[in-house]
Amino acid sequence: MPTDSTSTLTPALTARDLAVFFGSHQVLKNVSIDIAAKAVTAIIGPSGCGKSTFLRSLNRMHELVPEARMTGDIRLFGDDIYERNVEPVIVRRRVGMVFQKSNPFPTMSIAENVTVGLRLNGLRDKKLLTERTEQSLQMAALWDEVKDRLHAPAISLSGGQQQRLCIARALAVQPEVLLMDEPASALDPLATQKIEDLIIELKKDYTIVIVTHNMQQAARVSDFTAFFYLGELVEFGPTKKIFTNPSQKRTEDYVTGRFG
Amino acid sequence: MTAPNHSWRKFKNVFMQALALVCALLVVAPLVLVFYHLIKEGFSAINWAFFTQLPKPVGEPGGGMGNAIVGTFVVLAQAALLGVPVGVLGGVFLSEFGGSKLNWAIRFAADILNGVPSITWGIVVYALMVVPMKGFSALAGGVVLGMMMIPLVMRTTEEVLQLVPGGYREAALALGIAKWKTIVQIVIRTALKGIVTGVLLALARVAGETAPLLFTALGNQHWSHKLNEPISAMPLQIFNYAISPYDDWHRQAWAGALVLLLLVLSINVGVRFLTRDRFGARNH
Amino acid sequence: MDNHFESGLDSLRHKLLLMASHTETAVNQAVQALMQRDYDLALRVKADDDVIDRCEVEIDELAIQLLTKAPLATNLRLVTVAMKISQDLERIGDEASKIAKRARDLSQEPPVKIQLDLPLMAARALAMLKAALDAFVQHAPAAAREVIPCDKQVDALNKQIHAALVQHMVENPDAISRCLHWMVAAKSLERIADHATNIAEDVVFLWEAQDIRHTGIKNQGVAPTKPV
Repeated sequence: MPTDSTSTLTPALTARDLAVFFGSHQVLKNVSIDIAAKAVTAIIGPSGCGKSTFLRSLNRMHELVPEARMTGDIRLFGDDIYERNVEPVIVRRRVGMVFQKSNPFPTMSIAENVTVGLRLNGLRDKKLLTERTEQSLQMAALWDEVKDRLHAPAISLSGGQQQRLCIARALAVQPEVLLMDEPASALDPLATQKIEDLIIELKKDYTIVIVTHNMQQAARVSDFTAFFYLGELVEFGPTKKIFTNPSQKRTEDYVTGRFG
Repeated sequence: MTAPNHSWRKFKNVFMQALALVCALLVVAPLVLVFYHLIKEGFSAINWAFFTQLPKPVGEPGGGMGNAIVGTFVVLAQAALLGVPVGVLGGVFLSEFGGSKLNWAIRFAADILNGVPSITWGIVVYALMVVPMKGFSALAGGVVLGMMMIPLVMRTTEEVLQLVPGGYREAALALGIAKWKTIVQIVIRTALKGIVTGVLLALARVAGETAPLLFTALGNQHWSHKLNEPISAMPLQIFNYAISPYDDWHRQAWAGALVLLLLVLSINVGVRFLTRDRFGARNH
Repeated sequence: MDNHFESGLDSLRHKLLLMASHTETAVNQAVQALMQRDYDLALRVKADDDVIDRCEVEIDELAIQLLTKAPLATNLRLVTVAMKISQDLERIGDEASKIAKRARDLSQEPPVKIQLDLPLMAARALAMLKAALDAFVQHAPAAAREVIPCDKQVDALNKQIHAALVQHMVENPDAISRCLHWMVAAKSLERIADHATNIAEDVVFLWEAQDIRHTGIKNQGVAPTKPV
């Protein structure tokens, strides 16, 4: 949970002049943006526009690609996450991530999956772990469906349930920000709707940044939308404005389906 | 509906099926032959004494291969102590770390080592250990088999780890779990069955190696009590008995071969059992 | 795939303009029947109102179908504005019908001896309608904004005509029922101008994403310096 002293007026994440290179190839150019706290920000744009790279730069996951480097500044509630003595591991405990393809660990049960982030970071208190398991599964709207089989293997769940389990797993670590990379694109419409309802619930307590290629989804769940194209942030603003009256022609063309 | 050459095609079909069946049988035949001979020749020599007693002096009937059987296990245990950690960690390095050039070189070296004749391994360890230690030893036997295991275990471990989808690593790292913990607790744990399979198969492979042991463990007619003494092992004992002029020893050699084969067989069956699919979803 | 959607939008625009041309014709003919005491023309106008009503239904159906495709930005505004404009056009058609009804009745009775600026009022109202529709077609929100103050002029003309008729009725009580017909016709023209104003406001919304309805009259003639 974010600390109570966090004002919703302080942006959760700020990027200034962010540029990301993979080797000599520049994937993101000059991105400056303020991500509002306790709100949902959607990142949209055609394939290859850099939106996933941008998302991953927010929790330093882009560093997993060899020869990745970045310039610029990213701050999480004021803290520079790329400062020299900041370990990526610490950043990732404050900024969680859920992926497109749900990936619950196959050798672990449902409960073990939820608490893996805590246990492998040293937490041993059984009582606390049990509490956190129920809490996280409740927040992920999965508790009622699995409370009687917490020790069943995680992979016995359906696709939509697995994704919600991954969300619970990410929430158990109590991050301040949750990043979601096309979380519902591999799910059927009903499961997608559950995830979207969940996102709208979660934003009461968490800052959420979601990459999606589905503009209607962005319109349904997000408060702010950022449109990326060819590595640049073309337009950023309240979702209503972006989808009813964007300022930039490129945004208008993308949103009305003229390209992308 | 029947085409003019339908009966010819039907004949071709049946002929090819029969041919395939014959070939399959030919593949299985040697195994059957081996078992048949081993059982026929060696079964009579298998008794309690075989498993527990020492070889009797030349000429005397009876005795057993107790020390050879124990010796095999002792040598294999040492081989595992050397081969498993080095091999597995080497596989982990290849899969999870290392630059592409370095890894390519390591893999290349491992593949070459896998093809080195076992007698060469024996001579090398002879020079490295037996000569400085001024004597054959169980330790040297363990070392040579362990060294033979390393490239094998390393490659199978690497392959199995590569089969673990990258998504699990990403998910673990995204939770703020340190890389080493991710590798051990998530990646290795997911691939554990595969790693164990690789280790057991490597053990089964080196269990029957004779030539390296000739130069390192040498063999022993008695129980060995210290690791720096020569030790008996089943392949060695079988070799010695087989080239001897005594019928009784010949039969014991057959029996030894049978027991050795059963050992290897049981490791393989064990591996199959371990890696069985509990829910029957996957095919064999 | 987008071609289907784009052609759906084109079809929507086309139907709207077709409906508009029917509506303009109806108003023209109704006023003509009134001024020229043409009984048959009056009946025709009333009958043709069906066509206008059907257009509204078709446009609404097409718009709803397009909405299921979740259009965004300009497309979204186009679809919602098309539904509103079609409604305004339908009401104009109804007013034309009313004028035709009064024309029919008046043609059966002796003419009233009075000079009325009804043709001028009709011309103004029709000009407003045409300007609003042109602004729709030509992506010209400024032209649409200029329509709005014209409504005042039409209102003023209506007041004049109303006053003149009242005067005449006081002086010629036997002409009262005929004068009342004329009043109703003038009122209908005033309403037609109101609907044209609505259409102009919708066109401004379409092209500028600015909702200028119900703001003070003084603000409506000029576009803001910076779109928000």
